[in-house]
Amino acid sequence: MSASITLATTRRILNQLRHDPRTVVMLVLVPTLLMVLLRFVFNSAVVFSHVAPALLGVFPFVIMFLIASITTLRERTTGTLERLMTMPLGKFDLLAGYALAFGLVAVVQVLVAAAVSLWWLGLTVQGSVWSLLLITALDALLGMALGLFVSAFATTEFQAIQFMPVFVLPQALLCGLFQPRSEMGWLLNWLSDVMPLSYAVEALQQVTGGAEWTATLTRNLLVVLGCALLALALGAATLRRRTP
Amino acid sequence: MTNSAIVVAGLRVIRGGRDVLRDLSFTVEPGSVTGLLGPSGCGKTTLMRAIVGVQLTHGGSVTVLGEPAGSKPLRNRIGYATQNPAVYADLTITESLRYFASVLGAPRASVAEVIEQVGLTSHADVLVGQLSGGQRGRASLAVALLGSPELLVLDEPTVGLDPVLREHLWDLFHRLAAQGTTLVVSSHVMDEAARCTRLLLMREGVLLADDSPDALRAETGQQDLEQAFLHLVREKEHTS
Repeated sequence: MSASITLATTRRILNQLRHDPRTVVMLVLVPTLLMVLLRFVFNSAVVFSHVAPALLGVFPFVIMFLIASITTLRERTTGTLERLMTMPLGKFDLLAGYALAFGLVAVVQVLVAAAVSLWWLGLTVQGSVWSLLLITALDALLGMALGLFVSAFATTEFQAIQFMPVFVLPQALLCGLFQPRSEMGWLLNWLSDVMPLSYAVEALQQVTGGAEWTATLTRNLLVVLGCALLALALGAATLRRRTP
Repeated sequence: MTNSAIVVAGLRVIRGGRDVLRDLSFTVEPGSVTGLLGPSGCGKTTLMRAIVGVQLTHGGSVTVLGEPAGSKPLRNRIGYATQNPAVYADLTITESLRYFASVLGAPRASVAEVIEQVGLTSHADVLVGQLSGGQRGRASLAVALLGSPELLVLDEPTVGLDPVLREHLWDLFHRLAAQGTTLVVSSHVMDEAARCTRLLLMREGVLLADDSPDALRAETGQQDLEQAFLHLVREKEHTS
């Protein structure tokens, strides 16, 4: 691991984003606009407060999954990855650089969406806002790590985009956002138990529903972090110095 | 023999069930400009990938600067430019090079230096994506030059360039060789062969010849290197 190479990678990715202002505007504003839309769909601050926290976690998860899978796929197909693999760059330097850059973007994204939801849309959070931000940042990291990993199995951008409905939508459907997980049949309940997003959404519901930090909350966060690290490790295994 | 820049012995590579390189053996002397020539699809790129250590091989060995190809100590001693320019299209030339320079641990000042060497100083702050194909190729070449590597492996570096620029780059290659850099340059244009100190002629994964341009001319009795190559192909077909 080299801190200077990691930071150089982060700076390079942020520079790439800087040259694409339209993407930056969408990254920062789209989740917020969706929250506003949702608030007026429900037309009630109480119902909105019930659903909004989970969505604050789901949006960065989905967006980071997409962005990470497309950017790494591009790095693979344009030959820049192969070039980096001939240089003194460790796989984890590259992944950590990605994680830092996209993590930073995700924090900005969530800050804007959370601020608008809290001060304007009537979202109430019993617990600390900081824990809310921590969980959403972990969600974004998880999305990014999964995106990096699955990009190894896509050979075209069309395939990469379609991995979104394959890997992300089932998690969003089963995470307890639409239906409490305890009310699902045993099979679906079991499936939702092995999906990391379920733990993220539960953690978010705990933070918004209660003021105290519980052991379950710690467990949920550790599960999300563990899954993100596992996906990053699997992603590292798909970066090969030698290819056929 | 021990101080050869590259030693390839019995190298074999299979891709997609097909023998791409069949039992290839040769050495490259330090400070030489070796031209790797042959028709498109003859295995030039695969051989170059094996030299820089990104190609999975199926037999034989490749030793570069005294180390096994692709090993860790080699990673900032070799410059490699692929046929398709591998530079970030959404960064400027300077930004892209700065990144690769920090990965290589090359001094920051070397960025402006290599941009000048490939003649892109006037475009240093232009996004790579907005450059012409030839300019993009030169930006990619600039990355390979970063950190003054001891070995440069360049896959068709002059493709799509006008004669003036081609001349400029070949001058650069010879200047670098005079300073001790070893160069392996591939091309499918035979008129570039005369500019090399040594030629490796490849066809269908085997070496047809490994000699200096003058020796090839003498051996085949052809003044034109393209004719010399065709002569060797016919001779080979005749014997097999």
